[in-house]
Amino acid sequence: MFPELNHLLNTTPDRAAQGKLTLLCDAKTDGSFLVHHFLSFYLKANCKVCFVALIQSFSHYNIVGQKLGVSLTAARERGQLVFLEGLKSSVDVFFRAQEEPHPLQFLREASAQSLQPLYEFVREALKPVDGDEAVWRYPVLLVDDLSVLLSLGVGAVAVLDFVQYCRATVCWELKGNMVALVHDSGDAEDEENDMLLNGLSHQSHLILRAEGLATGFCKDVHGQLRILWRGPSQPTAQQDRSVTYQYKIQDKNVSFFARGMSPAVL
Amino acid sequence: MVGGIRTARPCHPRGAGLLSVTQSEGARAVAGGEPKMLESVLALGGLVLLRDCVEREGRSLLKALIKKSALCGEQVHILGCEVSEEEFREGFDSDVNSRLIYHDFFRDPLSWSKTGEALPGGPLGVLRTMGSRTGPGRVTIALDSLSWLLLHLPCTTLCQTLHALSHQGSCSDGHPPEDQMRVLGLVHEELHGPGPMGALSSLAQTEVTLGGVLGQTSAHILCRRPQQRPSHQTQWFSILPDFSLDLQGGPPLESQPHPVPHTSSTAGSPAFRAKPGFQPYLL
Repeated sequence: MFPELNHLLNTTPDRAAQGKLTLLCDAKTDGSFLVHHFLSFYLKANCKVCFVALIQSFSHYNIVGQKLGVSLTAARERGQLVFLEGLKSSVDVFFRAQEEPHPLQFLREASAQSLQPLYEFVREALKPVDGDEAVWRYPVLLVDDLSVLLSLGVGAVAVLDFVQYCRATVCWELKGNMVALVHDSGDAEDEENDMLLNGLSHQSHLILRAEGLATGFCKDVHGQLRILWRGPSQPTAQQDRSVTYQYKIQDKNVSFFARGMSPAVL
Repeated sequence: MVGGIRTARPCHPRGAGLLSVTQSEGARAVAGGEPKMLESVLALGGLVLLRDCVEREGRSLLKALIKKSALCGEQVHILGCEVSEEEFREGFDSDVNSRLIYHDFFRDPLSWSKTGEALPGGPLGVLRTMGSRTGPGRVTIALDSLSWLLLHLPCTTLCQTLHALSHQGSCSDGHPPEDQMRVLGLVHEELHGPGPMGALSSLAQTEVTLGGVLGQTSAHILCRRPQQRPSHQTQWFSILPDFSLDLQGGPPLESQPHPVPHTSSTAGSPAFRAKPGFQPYLL
């Protein structure tokens, strides 16, 4: 995890809020560093994590995780991590009997309108098991990413329904957290992705949006991160419920700084 | 603010008939103003549209209106589709909670659990049942949210149901005004195109559009009274933890955006996105 990002979010693994949905979004850049941050954050927080990884292989996340101080292999072996490797599982689904349930069952359907099997997988992975209460603090669902489901033929409403069911189970029933990444393609004609992004934004308690710089590539500033805290607007809440920082991704860390305040120019 | 651009919706009057609350007027209106704002929103009955956006959530105002209705002795039905019943009731005291009837469509709206606990007929069935009620006393129905219903039901069917509900017990049926049903509908503007939003707008007697700048929230209130020109009003406010309103004078006039004609947001205009031409700092 990135300590500076924890500082910006005013959180630590020991005192993270529960029952929350965090939306990660990226536009004209790669926001996967946020996924790696939260994966290592919640493993270090001693949470039980279900990771629906549809984009990269297990070894990819493991290599990055080791740079951030966590071993996904060890976490999986001790039962802390349930990992759905989408790239591998998507092949399996075509070689099983059709009546056998599979979380990626929708790949076999001509018109994929329900992600119920995927939800059932998540619920089964995170449901309390005897003895677990003494070991893990609370469950966490991490999804990388939801936009690929649209590319695979699932409708935006079906994805929103899947997220709602996961929220009801993970956030409300089990008092855990959920983190999901959605891409903003920037294509005004991509109504499905816009509906998904906006719909998730309204369900989220915290939105982190990584954006590429409008002026193009810069060696010392890789993008900017907008943070929006959502919730009841109250006069006692902090005046700025949204902040923007620029960032630079390094080998094992990400540094954040105010706009125009990159250490390279100070 | 989020980038300072397209972050908070500016208040935008819709043309003639504008009555804006200026900063000085707003300051004088603070004392005793809270009941007036809520009353002005609830006065006409029928359909009240609450239009929010990602930067300005509208559920708190919806709860403030529900509290006001409940404390006036009304029965309040809530179609809860987006948050749990516990989360929705949070912040209400027992007087208010005892008057709320919560219809839960959050936990299992699509009957995936197959426990048999799903409400028969779904949300449409519940709405139609409310529409066929008889008996005295005003009933308020809160839809949290209309956006969820629009995504899961045909727009025409939903609009027909809303039209029937909002005219339930109308004066033309011989009912006294205090028995007219009121429907409070929360709608997330970015999720819908101009067609559905226009249809809902045409059904609404009152529309409240949330916006704001510099960390302050505004409500642009449009009231359509029969045989009168629509009236516009803008109020700056915040909502206290007990869901009462604290009216405010608004930010300095020079920081308020100039009034512009309202243009409906279209589908495909996601929240949180920079306006064209915005140049963030590079170095």
